[in-house]
Amino acid sequence: DDKLLSEPLRHPDFFNVKELFTLKDLFDARVHLGHKKGCRHRFMEPYIFGCRLDQDIIDLEQTMQHLQLALNFTAHVAYRKGIILFISRKRQFCHLVERTAQACGEYAHTRYWQGGLLTNAHIQFGAGVRLPDLIVFLSSLNNVFQPHVAIRDAAKMNIPTVGVVDTNCNPSLITYPIPGNDDSPPAVELYCKLFRMTIIRAKDKRRQSEAVEELR
Amino acid sequence: MLRLICTTTTVQRKNVGASGPAKYTEAFIKKQIEEFNLGKRHLANMMGEDPETFTQEDIDRAIAYLFPSGLFDKQARPMMKHPREIFPEQRKIQWGEDGRPFHFLFYTGKQSYYSLMHETYEKLLNVEKYQDQLIAQDLPLQKEKRNLAGSRWLTKIELEEMLLEKLSDDEYSRFIQLLQKLTDLPCSDIEEKYIQKFSKELPVQMQKVVIEPLQYDERGVAFSTSEGRRKTARATAVVYDNGTGKMTVNGIDVLHYFPVLQDREQLLFPFQFLGRIGKHDAVCTVSGGGRSAQAGAIRLACAKALRSFVTEKEVEFMRQAGLLTVDPRVKERKKPGQEGARRKFTWKKR
Repeated sequence: DDKLLSEPLRHPDFFNVKELFTLKDLFDARVHLGHKKGCRHRFMEPYIFGCRLDQDIIDLEQTMQHLQLALNFTAHVAYRKGIILFISRKRQFCHLVERTAQACGEYAHTRYWQGGLLTNAHIQFGAGVRLPDLIVFLSSLNNVFQPHVAIRDAAKMNIPTVGVVDTNCNPSLITYPIPGNDDSPPAVELYCKLFRMTIIRAKDKRRQSEAVEELR
Repeated sequence: MLRLICTTTTVQRKNVGASGPAKYTEAFIKKQIEEFNLGKRHLANMMGEDPETFTQEDIDRAIAYLFPSGLFDKQARPMMKHPREIFPEQRKIQWGEDGRPFHFLFYTGKQSYYSLMHETYEKLLNVEKYQDQLIAQDLPLQKEKRNLAGSRWLTKIELEEMLLEKLSDDEYSRFIQLLQKLTDLPCSDIEEKYIQKFSKELPVQMQKVVIEPLQYDERGVAFSTSEGRRKTARATAVVYDNGTGKMTVNGIDVLHYFPVLQDREQLLFPFQFLGRIGKHDAVCTVSGGGRSAQAGAIRLACAKALRSFVTEKEVEFMRQAGLLTVDPRVKERKKPGQEGARRKFTWKKR
């Protein structure tokens, strides 16, 4: 059992997430497009490649690195049977995100966030609730263009977060930010596809390893 | 000098029970069901009936016999029902042994409501995709007019019972709007079954009052019978065609039975309204009430009988004139502390 859990940690890319996406895929899905110069958040400046006709362009080289780290982390969490919660407050993609979560066997929350869901869970849900072990933000702003409350709550409850941060978002409290576009449909579909594939891959690997252990 | 400072050990109280009233465990409900079944057999033995074929109606009758109660409220009387009917359905623990919740929307808080919205939206997308396919193939979109008047959507309380969750008015209205949007699409017949889960048939509207057709007696004369009432008087009238305006009440002529002009006027009113004074004969029977009440009862009975002789327009005129409405005024009850129904005792200043 110990060996099962420690084996993946010895390799930098145990689940081989690098092969799931290429720079061209990201470019074709319009991930590099940010908002206008006026919407730029101060902390996003390191991730921005440049500005063309007032529109910010996100540096895809950095996005590749961040995305690889984030996917690797989600794969490890899924391998260790952690609970993953997908959050997105964009109405266009609410259905897509819920479908992705259902396909992975994980959980989603694309609706109005009630104040004490994470911090007051024992009263809201029941006595022995298990909180999510990873929260994935497919859009880190809520409907009023302010940082989603869940980022702050997850930081309070020591829950690691992975989030797609656009040029108008604050990446500070997110543990694994992924600078990229969160508004275009092809970009969000690409992210959903990637997360789904990593989680399914990690779970399959876990089942294989357990089967191998039992055979011994 | 030592000072004992009382230190209260703050015991971390386990927050038992998240929401709702007393939670009944599965084991408790099972035990209740076993006790109910045993009790049913005992009851059957007591009543001398077969325990195997002892239905709920038999149980109710037996309990009513063994524990007679004069309480007015039926629900306050002793009853013996299956525990599933008495204990309301409760939400069981939502997660498994390893802690992972069963439902993928568990962390939203309102999983049944949001999963319902998710499914309904899915059906909407399905219908839109089907429509796009039809348009691509240049086929016409069906437009069958569904019977909108005969059905209604579930009320908020019914939906709450279905989902076992509390809803807010806003959420309920959003759900109904989504359903409405789904039904308004032309090709929504595909998801008919799903929509029917949330619609209820309206009860059949008040049946239109059926005007009885004319009957013919041995001589070939058309006649029609009907009843009328006023205060405590009950009357039946048989109105014949081809008559001379003669009227008989309880075998006695009208002039002798009703000496007062006012009562005879009341009797004539329906005929005078339709302009058929000398054209019909009437044979009536009446009982109960007083002079005026009997007159009013016969008037109503005659008017109802005349409906069969007359066009629908004139029936509507009669109804608007108030000839076909039962007069609801009855004698009001006398109340204690007062001299009559309304009259109070004389007020004396000192």
